[in-house]
Amino acid sequence: MIDWASMVLITLGLFFYLSGTLGLLRFPDTYTRLHALTKADNLGLGLLMTGLLLQVNDVFWGIKLVLVWLLMLAASAVNAYLIARFLYRREADADGC
Amino acid sequence: MTINLLTTQELYVLSGVFLFTIGLWGTWLHAHYVRKIISLNVMGAGVFLILIALAYRGKDLLPDPLPHALVLTGIVVAVSATALALVIIRRLEDERDE
Amino acid sequence: MDAETLWTLFDLLLIISLAVLALVAVLSGDRRRSIVLFIIFGLLLALVWARLRAPDIALAEVAIGAGLGGALLMATLRRHQQTRDDFRHRPAWLQWSVGLLVMLLGTGMAWSLLLVMDAQPADWRLGAEAFAELDNSGVSNPVTAVLLNFRAWDTLLELAVLLAAILGIKALGKPEPAYVSENAFRDLALWLTPLLVLMAGYILWAGAHAPGGAFQAGALLAAAGIILRLAGKPDGGLPHNETALRLGLALGTAVFLLVALGVILAGNTLLQYPPDQAKWWILLIETAATLSIGMTLTLAFIGGSPTLAKDAA
Repeated sequence: MIDWASMVLITLGLFFYLSGTLGLLRFPDTYTRLHALTKADNLGLGLLMTGLLLQVNDVFWGIKLVLVWLLMLAASAVNAYLIARFLYRREADADGC
Repeated sequence: MTINLLTTQELYVLSGVFLFTIGLWGTWLHAHYVRKIISLNVMGAGVFLILIALAYRGKDLLPDPLPHALVLTGIVVAVSATALALVIIRRLEDERDE
Repeated sequence: MDAETLWTLFDLLLIISLAVLALVAVLSGDRRRSIVLFIIFGLLLALVWARLRAPDIALAEVAIGAGLGGALLMATLRRHQQTRDDFRHRPAWLQWSVGLLVMLLGTGMAWSLLLVMDAQPADWRLGAEAFAELDNSGVSNPVTAVLLNFRAWDTLLELAVLLAAILGIKALGKPEPAYVSENAFRDLALWLTPLLVLMAGYILWAGAHAPGGAFQAGALLAAAGIILRLAGKPDGGLPHNETALRLGLALGTAVFLLVALGVILAGNTLLQYPPDQAKWWILLIETAATLSIGMTLTLAFIGGSPTLAKDAA
């Protein structure tokens, strides 16, 4: 039962990763690409981690997984912000000239 | 392996040889030093892959730790050599600009 | 579909992606793209190490090969710099003849390796001896046992190589001015740095019985240093005092040599620790090595002396 639940969760997570990647490849400009990538991937990551947490039978391992999850969320959020911000600045500079 | 052409080990050894070869090609032909360094690192990755594939003994057996230790030190030395090379390249570029 | 076929499919997928990434990274006409693809190549390579049951190397590859190597290469890119470099301007005959030569070499290598693998019996490796002696080594991770006990001599020389490289960098490098950072990144760095130091300690300790050890832990320390520098601290957390800096860089090699000498004075051969104390000697050497490796790699990223970096900023 638990095995099935985590399999469904992980498959769903992979589906969101796939759609995020499709967005990265198909969307026209950097902002929409970032949007697709971070949103879909964070959802996919959440599903993946929930699926994996169901398989954990040791609290210590569970804590490690949650820590990895939090680190990835923080890194992806800050990265997306930095890329968008850099692009925005550059466009503002180009307009100013 | 069900298709009995190559074992897993042979498959990975052959891809290591492939990486080594294209890395060598790039190192030879690229004019820009940074590209030479990248190709050299691909070449190194090929050598590491050959060593680790040779250490692999199937999913149920523990692999040989000696090549593992060798590759571990290899990775660190490769990165420090890369760092030194990049500093030298930057110095060369600076001299040329002046 | 049975499990074996699935594994084979996975192997093929992994190998094909790896080969394509390497090919495009080498051949691409744009340096920026080549560097980014090389970083992704390193991450996939880490998956290969995990697949081939080499978790120690997977950790090192992610942190050192892809992470640090990638950061070093990225730092060579300047804004508004021309990054097109194609080797297709080389004469066609040269490209073809080098290609042919390299292909011949590759075929020869593949041929001889396959022959060697066929000819050897299953238990020809030295690994069997390493496993037999593992209980006397003081640690239970066989890779750490080889690195710091059975072949500690090699690791000592390797740390000396690292020291030589960093001396070269220190002598030649003019550090770049520090980066101007966004507030969001500075906030991330603020809680990421202590976490990385903590993780380095954990990986160092875990290396005795699980994947990990001095190199991986040192790489995490260096990651903390690089993040600090990217967050606008020009020295990356390294000491400004030149003596302290030099001591830190040499610490790993020095402690290793002192232990080697001590062991000789106690009547053993070079780096042959008494089995009941081996664990503590290994831990001592690894702790010193972690600090030195972390400082060395941070300094390599700065590309020169941090005191100069302060002046440049």
